[in-house]
Amino acid sequence: MFGNILIWFVIIPVLMMAGLGVCRNSSMAAIRAVMVIGSTILLALAIWLCVDFLALRGAGVDDEMLFTGSWMWYAPLNIHLAVGVDGISVLMLLLSAVIVFAGTFASWKINPLPKNFFLWFALLSTGVFGFFISIDMFTMFMFYEVALIPMYLLIGVWGTGRKEYSAMKLTLMLMGGSAFLMLGLLGIYWHSAPAGGELTWNILEIARNNAVDPSWQNLLFCFTFVGFGVLGAMFPFHTWSPDGHACAPTAVSMLHAGVLMKLGGYGCFRIAIYLLPAAANELAWIFIILTGISVVYGAFSACVQTDLKYINAYSSVSHCGMVLFALLMLNQTAMTGAILQMLSHGLMTALFFALIGMIYGRTHTRDIREMGGLMQIMPYLGVCYMIAGFASLGLPGLSGFVAEMTIFFGAWEDADMFHRAFVVAATCSIVITAVYILRVVGKLLLGKVHDEHHLQLTDATWFERFSTVTLIVCIAGIGFFPNWINETIQHSFLPIIHALQNAI
Amino acid sequence: MLPELIILGIFLIVFLCDTFTPDNGKKFLTPLTSVLFLLATVAIWIVPSCQESVFGGMYVDNAACKAMKCVLNVGAFICFLEASKWISTKEVVIRKGEFFELILITLFGMYLMISARHFLLFIIGLESASLPIAALVAFNKHKYESHEAAIKYIMTAVFSSAILLTGLSFVYAFSGGSLYFSDIAAQISAGEMSGLLLFALAFVLAGIGFKLSLVPFHLWTADVYQGAPTAVTAYLSVVSKGAAAFAFFIIFVQVFGQVYSAAWEWMLYAVIIATITIGNLFAMRQKNMKRFMAFSSVSQAGYVMLGAMAADELGLASMMFYILVYVVSNLGAFAVISTIEDRTGYVGMDDYNGLHKTNPYLAVAMTLAMFSLAGIPPFAGFFSKILIFTSVTGTNSMALYMLVLIALINTIISLYYYLLVVKAMWISSDAPKIESFKAGCTEKTALWICVLGIVFLGLVSYVYQYFVSSVGASALLSLN
Repeated sequence: MFGNILIWFVIIPVLMMAGLGVCRNSSMAAIRAVMVIGSTILLALAIWLCVDFLALRGAGVDDEMLFTGSWMWYAPLNIHLAVGVDGISVLMLLLSAVIVFAGTFASWKINPLPKNFFLWFALLSTGVFGFFISIDMFTMFMFYEVALIPMYLLIGVWGTGRKEYSAMKLTLMLMGGSAFLMLGLLGIYWHSAPAGGELTWNILEIARNNAVDPSWQNLLFCFTFVGFGVLGAMFPFHTWSPDGHACAPTAVSMLHAGVLMKLGGYGCFRIAIYLLPAAANELAWIFIILTGISVVYGAFSACVQTDLKYINAYSSVSHCGMVLFALLMLNQTAMTGAILQMLSHGLMTALFFALIGMIYGRTHTRDIREMGGLMQIMPYLGVCYMIAGFASLGLPGLSGFVAEMTIFFGAWEDADMFHRAFVVAATCSIVITAVYILRVVGKLLLGKVHDEHHLQLTDATWFERFSTVTLIVCIAGIGFFPNWINETIQHSFLPIIHALQNAI
Repeated sequence: MLPELIILGIFLIVFLCDTFTPDNGKKFLTPLTSVLFLLATVAIWIVPSCQESVFGGMYVDNAACKAMKCVLNVGAFICFLEASKWISTKEVVIRKGEFFELILITLFGMYLMISARHFLLFIIGLESASLPIAALVAFNKHKYESHEAAIKYIMTAVFSSAILLTGLSFVYAFSGGSLYFSDIAAQISAGEMSGLLLFALAFVLAGIGFKLSLVPFHLWTADVYQGAPTAVTAYLSVVSKGAAAFAFFIIFVQVFGQVYSAAWEWMLYAVIIATITIGNLFAMRQKNMKRFMAFSSVSQAGYVMLGAMAADELGLASMMFYILVYVVSNLGAFAVISTIEDRTGYVGMDDYNGLHKTNPYLAVAMTLAMFSLAGIPPFAGFFSKILIFTSVTGTNSMALYMLVLIALINTIISLYYYLLVVKAMWISSDAPKIESFKAGCTEKTALWICVLGIVFLGLVSYVYQYFVSSVGASALLSLN
């Protein structure tokens, strides 16, 4: 079991938690050491996995999932701890590792109770990594909930503003989504094999059996898609997102918007669409409408907000809506775009929230009306903010451009009026994005210094620079070299496209 | 009859020691009883059951019954540990022996309830399991609330027994003069559905529903839980409830299994929905921790009964696992509540504000217990909930899926109020009311057992598989 590289993605965060458990709240150095060592190992492991994966694919191994392993857990119900990765999960693991790494540095001076903060932070990352390596629905769901619940305390204890309200709202809405999800998964399990066959929770086997009764598929699709869609900030279930993000501490916003919201998109892809293809073909239009609303509505909402975190939370609603929107186009190009968008949004929104945290830590306000001319005072942070903004509005050379172009190309492939109308509407969101990004850049960074006191503020410290540079390198990396990502993931779509076409 | 004899043996030893020691020399009773009881539990667990039936088939012993008894023993053992501080206080120390004796007698009665295959023996078990509890509830003689609670408890217990007996008299009339489970079941499957039988079913459901505090028979719960000494409340909320749930399952499936689909399913369906929902809705507004736990345990009883809806071997095994997990989670919460109450006298939820600053370990234990009760992974409560949901949906009937959906939505409501406790302890910015103190050795042991159970029962699948195999080995669901 321990010979499988994937298992270590779960073991290392658990070891980190154990290490933190013996630290004291007062010994900041020891806590930081545990976190830095742990997150560095995770990052190294993710890069190694990525290289190894590409090497295997290059050598012509074309199994659907690589590095698979399966260990019996609850025998009476055939529940396994089953792991395996395809190109998409590899990239998601890499994304998570990068953001956990950057998040550790972004919360360098967390206060109070640093030990407890990082304990919950490590538990959250256990859930995230565990979710992406699982190919057994039960363990996947378990890790999904493990990733959700630490948010309550992370926001509630270390947050700002209306933190108690936001933490409760976020937790209850996401757990409410997972209640529907659980029912969907139960339904899939009890229909997972043809009559007389052995029931299974394993995603690959369920897809191979393709035995879910068509009369059940529609219902189960709604349950699972809505369940994951809540986390993917699908309209009208997105309302947890602005409040939650606005009140969360920096590293938690980064991890939540950067990685956790991707769990929703990944789950929709891996479970709802893959395992219930007939229903996906039939019901996609309903969810295209809902996610289309997310895309446009989120962007418009961001235009009128004045709190930096609210602006980015609504922009996340818009961008994550785009991910689900692209997945529902059910063709390979658009889905490739969706994965690119997940990566791109994950990195750039993490950068945004890190920068907002740093600016807030200096100015003690997040209201753009009370700030101005920050470029003169802290040029480093200003430039970083601009880069993040340009990535968000899709400037060529940065990750956002690649992702959105691919999505719109793919989405246009469906030639009927319904799809095209929604694609046109969604495309408009790019323009609206430009409006709110440039508005913030203009008010916050350029122009006159609004508050005299801000003149005394300092620019980024070394750990802040380190955290932001890591993210910017990744964003530019995707922007300049999108092709290797495409190569990594292109295999992963074949089974799903195949399943969708068979189900028509 | 080995488990029963062992318990009776311990009872006699404790009784004699209690009788022949002077009032100031009773210190050794707690360790004596706890150790003997622990050994007894291990013995019951290790000695293989002999599939015997004695008293002409009135009493049956098999692997599943043995596993159920072990679950109850775990709960009783933790209750002993939790009670040790309270039982040594000045007001009650003189009656220390009585506490253990009464608990052992109730446990004996519960064993009979589980193993009985004849309604006469079942009633004997039920009565000896419920009447001593009234004395336990009234244990704090000098406290007004304790008396009030005891009166309320005894009235409901007697009333529910009367209802149950009325139902059984109908069954007796129907079965043509036999009270053996197997005879009645044979009669039911041979005859037609009759109005008389429906009446009988409703009465039996109500009778056992009182013990389980299912809605609408739950009205006594909050007052009794609040008034009783905390250790007794803990015992009442898990062990007594667990025994009633097991008996419920056995009677339903063995005796009335044949008319299950026709009549029972819908009665139980409505009762479960009402129990889970109303328990949850009332729990949201409670400010007293013991009342809060009372309503939370009402709604948990609804989840336990989901196992009876499944009515198969997987359902029973999941139900046993659920109750075991519920035992450690609920007793973990009660261990914290009683530790704090014994030291400071506080039982309000607001009194817990800022607990993590003064007593971080208690706060962590309480948080884990709350998460487990709410069904949050990776803690045991998550697994027990999912396993019971899985067993219920096994028949693929849409009605049962809807039942599970309602139960799942209710877990979100329950998450809300369990998080209120977590919020008070960790997030509230008020100055902490409870001062820093050191918990005693027995309290720590109880907490550690509960915390380890909460963390590992789910992650290690052995216990669940043990239940499944013992249920499979004992042919409990077939008519014998």
